[in-house]
Amino acid sequence: MSVSIRLPTVLRPHVGGQAVVEVGGATIGEVLTTLVAAHPGLSGQVISEDGQLNKFVNIYVNDDDVRYMEQLATPVSDGDEISILPAVAGGA
Amino acid sequence: MLQLPHDLADEMVAHCLRGLPDEACGLLTGSLEEARVERLNLSENLAHSAKVYTLDPKVHLRADREAEDDGLAVIGVFHSHTHTDAYPSPTDVAQAPDPTWHYVIVSLRESIPAIRSFAISDGRVAEEEVQLVESTQVDGPAR
Repeated sequence: MSVSIRLPTVLRPHVGGQAVVEVGGATIGEVLTTLVAAHPGLSGQVISEDGQLNKFVNIYVNDDDVRYMEQLATPVSDGDEISILPAVAGGA
Repeated sequence: MLQLPHDLADEMVAHCLRGLPDEACGLLTGSLEEARVERLNLSENLAHSAKVYTLDPKVHLRADREAEDDGLAVIGVFHSHTHTDAYPSPTDVAQAPDPTWHYVIVSLRESIPAIRSFAISDGRVAEEEVQLVESTQVDGPAR
């Protein structure tokens, strides 16, 4: 099973400058673990050290935010488009 | 330097005024190479606060896809400071997601809104000039 992962500009240097990477896996957790194993520069950027989704990124399966699904256990299907985007926030 | 068409500057300020008393926010889509804004992606402030903002991630996802379709990119973010100067706060610096982005702040503290832009990289803030330019939109409203 293979899905495409679209990375934000800020993370692309860690995957050789690619915008989209094809990865296998049955859940978001598996897919991201495989991605980080292949590109160790992403370590800690997507999944934090406690094994949870890094709170500074938002991850989508097609149009759906995995935080409102089953987080890292969210299943993925062949051909799904995964998007990783930085959380955009700030304050005065 | 950031090139910002006049009409988009107006749209940005209007969005920030509509958001009062809370901070307002949105993304800048354009050309990273030319540092030119081509359109705004207005967002609700999910934090509904006068002190902090959280951009709607769905707006970001849609903006990112539409930008790619048009050969553009999301090149930055704007937000308002309702009662402070148009300068990045420690929170803005700590949470800046991308060193290539332009961080535009609209201050509504004075009666005339102020628009300033900054680069934020590794915790360092560098102001850049905002150049108001002619709009190149061909399908905009008649003027």
